[in-house]
Amino acid sequence: MSKTLTFALMDPPFENARSTTAMRLIDLAVKRGLNVNVFAYEGAVYLPFAKQAQHPNAVHGRSLEEENHPLPRAWIAAIMKEAAAKGTKVDWVNCGLCVDERGAGEAIEGVRRGSPADFWKFAEGSDNTLVIGTK
Amino acid sequence: MKVLNIVEAAYRGTLEEQDDPIIWICSAMKGANADIDVLLRGNAVNYAIKAQDASGLSFGGQEQTQPPKIADDLVRLKGKGVKIYVVDDALRERGIEPSELIDGLDFVPRSKLARLFGGYDQVWHW
Amino acid sequence: MAKFLLIESRDPFDNNVVTRQYDLAVNLVKEGNEVTLFLIQNGVLPARPGSHSALLTATARSGVEVLADDFSLRERGIADTRLVEGVKAAPLSVIVDQLADGRKAMWH
Repeated sequence: MSKTLTFALMDPPFENARSTTAMRLIDLAVKRGLNVNVFAYEGAVYLPFAKQAQHPNAVHGRSLEEENHPLPRAWIAAIMKEAAAKGTKVDWVNCGLCVDERGAGEAIEGVRRGSPADFWKFAEGSDNTLVIGTK
Repeated sequence: MKVLNIVEAAYRGTLEEQDDPIIWICSAMKGANADIDVLLRGNAVNYAIKAQDASGLSFGGQEQTQPPKIADDLVRLKGKGVKIYVVDDALRERGIEPSELIDGLDFVPRSKLARLFGGYDQVWHW
Repeated sequence: MAKFLLIESRDPFDNNVVTRQYDLAVNLVKEGNEVTLFLIQNGVLPARPGSHSALLTATARSGVEVLADDFSLRERGIADTRLVEGVKAAPLSVIVDQLADGRKAMWH
């Protein structure tokens, strides 16, 4: 049976390096055949926000297609798909109160709403937990 | 599973959230029967000061009616059986006197943190 | 004896608390534990020989395995042939593997 790791994240996208590193770790864990739980707390509930949209980059003279701007929601969806293809799972829970206060209710498919009790349940049920707090 | 939760960043979003988000999540987890303790280090040692007062903010006439009361939150957490450790070097460095602090804290020198961490299954640094 | 993984994402140039994490790593070894200090993001900056590098060398000499994320090094133009003594470049997968092994892990 595959091992399971739990990650708690706090950072929103596009603001600092922690959110990208977290995505790298989750991606690697899935590639290693692990199940992954994610508890998105505070600003991290915006990572799977469905309304993220690409834009062109006039400073570099790049069209929307050429710029191909990264969208964390697309990364998450792709990682979830890869996990499913391997027979493992990424279980992503957005902290519900954090979603409410931020108006971040529209998340991509596969993301569910939860609470700190879910995070504790994740942690108890997994092989290890890494909390990536914000600063 | 016994977990030590470390709080180091202080006053980050606490006015908008009306809570420290980490003290809050610890309370919520304790409510779900988590076996947890808390360590305050760095600037977060200031959270143990009784005299903190964030009241009185208003924006365009909209008053904040529930300012954060973080020391009270720690007292409540302590009351639920959560140990609240504080790095005493950090208090001294910041000129914080023992008389300023809430009751019931467990003081730990920085040099003994390694030993403290050894007593927990996991250590979560928020 | 327990195994610890300390992930250090911050650097001592801008954050004077970072050296305390190096001390913590050393103290954990003194307590009889096995410790990896994994530098990532700006945490790799002192791995380039400079004013804070001696701290990392001293940490490694105290028995801490000091690793630096190879992507973070490359992102900052730090050649892995130019790292200060005691620091080795390593892939991020080390973190995933050590987490899966059950190491007590802390991100700073």
